[in-house]
Amino acid sequence: MAKKPTYFDEMFGHGTDARAPYADYCDWFLNEDTRRLLAKSEEAEALFRLIGVTFNVYGDPDATERLIPFDLVPRIIAAREWAKVAKGIEQRVRAINAFLHDIYHRQEIVRAGRLPAEMIARNDAFLPEMIGVTPPGDIYTHIVGTDLVRTGDDEFFVLEDNARTPSGVSYMLENRETMLHMFPELFSKIKVQSVNQYPRSLRKSLSGCAPDACSGRPTLAVLTPGIHNSAYYEHAFLADQMSAELVEGHDLRVVDGRVAMRTTRGYKPIDVLYRRVDDEYLDPLNFNPDSMLGVPGIMDVYRAGGITIANAPGTGIADDKAIYSYMPDIVEFYTGEKAILKNVPTHRCSEPEALKYVLDNLADLVVKEVHGSGGYGMLVGPAASKKEIADFRTKLEATPDNYIAQPTLALSTVPILTDAGLAPRHVDLRPFVLVSPDRIDITPGGLTRVALTEGSLVVNSSQGGGTKDTWILEE
Amino acid sequence: MRLKVLHKTHYTYDAPVPYGLQQVRLRPKSRPGQLVEDWQIDVVGGQVEVSFEDEHANSVDLVSFAPGQTEIEITCSGTVDVEDNSGIVGHQGGYVPLWLFRRSTALTKAGPRIRALVNDAPTEGSDLDRLHALSAQILAAVPYSTDQAASDLSAEDVMDAAHGVCQDHAHVFITAARALGYPARYVSGYLMMDDRVDQDASHAWAEAHVENLGWVGFDISNGISPDARYVRVATGLDYRDAAPISGLRYGNAGEDMSVTLQVQQQ
Repeated sequence: MAKKPTYFDEMFGHGTDARAPYADYCDWFLNEDTRRLLAKSEEAEALFRLIGVTFNVYGDPDATERLIPFDLVPRIIAAREWAKVAKGIEQRVRAINAFLHDIYHRQEIVRAGRLPAEMIARNDAFLPEMIGVTPPGDIYTHIVGTDLVRTGDDEFFVLEDNARTPSGVSYMLENRETMLHMFPELFSKIKVQSVNQYPRSLRKSLSGCAPDACSGRPTLAVLTPGIHNSAYYEHAFLADQMSAELVEGHDLRVVDGRVAMRTTRGYKPIDVLYRRVDDEYLDPLNFNPDSMLGVPGIMDVYRAGGITIANAPGTGIADDKAIYSYMPDIVEFYTGEKAILKNVPTHRCSEPEALKYVLDNLADLVVKEVHGSGGYGMLVGPAASKKEIADFRTKLEATPDNYIAQPTLALSTVPILTDAGLAPRHVDLRPFVLVSPDRIDITPGGLTRVALTEGSLVVNSSQGGGTKDTWILEE
Repeated sequence: MRLKVLHKTHYTYDAPVPYGLQQVRLRPKSRPGQLVEDWQIDVVGGQVEVSFEDEHANSVDLVSFAPGQTEIEITCSGTVDVEDNSGIVGHQGGYVPLWLFRRSTALTKAGPRIRALVNDAPTEGSDLDRLHALSAQILAAVPYSTDQAASDLSAEDVMDAAHGVCQDHAHVFITAARALGYPARYVSGYLMMDDRVDQDASHAWAEAHVENLGWVGFDISNGISPDARYVRVATGLDYRDAAPISGLRYGNAGEDMSVTLQVQQQ
């Protein structure tokens, strides 16, 4: 019988009284009829279907487009708690950009012996084509979605840095819209910091990174792989919200030294391209020649200073899970400060001693693929069957370099609304960060993902997770 | 030695090409031992869109086809002063870390044949002696022959074919040198053959990085280190990185390419 951990509940702490940030909400909730709220849940789902927020789930051929379940109990964070988190994220994102510049230039961190050269040399996300390239404004990762988990009153850990292509910001915005629509009275009673400025901030932040070749007001475009991509909705949504063009690779080509978009009045140069196409598919002339999703020659125009690509090619090196384990050193190396946000202790299975420890403790650990994402191909030891553990052991022993392992964290819970009333479920948090040469802008809030199955620690939407609105209270 | 180069690459297509791009690495750079007096690239049937320096400090021009073109010609001409430095190019400059040149690529992946070659390579002597011996060993195993079934062969395939051209020799050398622990790279450029003005094609050789000396060139096909008759144009991990022209085009038009190259002493 496994020990039953006692989790920190963000609404009730370890007790039965509401914690301060939730006090007003709980007052309101106690006076509400649960049946009315359950009816509201259905209303919310209908709203989402109407708007069309859907998400393709890989590995589920029956459901090409599925709605991510939305829970209407908000996740609430006090201004004071948020301030510290935001400061920690800003420090980390600053360090990541400095790290990326360094990795593609002198590699001082390797010369200083703080990061083994193999971590770069053996990493597929390292793009030799970026060596010596300084993007406009020296920004490599313009849009970051730092994944955080909480384990206690003042305990936040960074789980992943998501420095290449974080998704999910449309859910943050739609979740808030829906809550405002359904519970206007709550928002007059409780002062919540707004998130709806995000598209404007995104536009401003990207415009601030326009290349020298740009004259006048920057032209922005969102490059999508197309309608079959799981996040197509978000690509279209963001383009619409920030008045940018939504384009696919075949809409763009190199014209007069710029990357330009076909319009009814000829070709129009794009200054900043927010691309949601992976590096490998971005440019068939320079990368995967079979790609139909990219723009031939865009890397050439980029290297000649004719366009800004956000995020920059090759940023994936910074959010690799093996590099993650060095993040406290990386933060210290580039900022001269200790990291404000904690890292989850990480065992690199490439190291023999760590591998032995991991193999001996598989039942207690979370094991992840170094280059994986989205909760695919991972083992959650405490939740796995003996057979799953045995199968995973075989994979791990075959390619240990491919894995890292972390202790199972006692993730905080926030209640969701069930037919039987409130019930705690584990959550994580992805705030969205925008980086421009003059500032780092963190939208107060983010995407709270919730594991809807009782006791589950996997919050990924691809694995049956849902979302909540995230409230950062005003001071 | 002052070398005058005239290099025309002429493409013809059997149908109009709706859209196409060529990445051109045909600008030699001045560096110790090589002074580029003048150099120009002219494009007929297309235009230079952008020029930039890639990670290996090669000057690259991106050329687009004029829409609906059936012919495109890229002409390079210029004058380069070259000194004989016994193949020594010097230390690694720029930001590219030396470990990058230990990486294998699709064209330079060691298989059983390369490993066998490496096993037979001498282990005694100085680095230079060993690398020259390797070069000779490769030419013996893979005699020079233009009777090649395919271009773009991997090093392992070249060993299998047992004959090859300069590009093939360079790939085998690079792959074997890396297996022996030397960082190694591909070089594309020009060679003035003493007995003629009209050269068959542009040339390729290899460089290996030797402790204390830096990069040293090896022309495997000719069994020597490059001298004052060699113009170094572009480098990279393999042919694909350093190819004089590599392109992409839309449509189904068939392509025919012809090259005329003159290298002569002035």
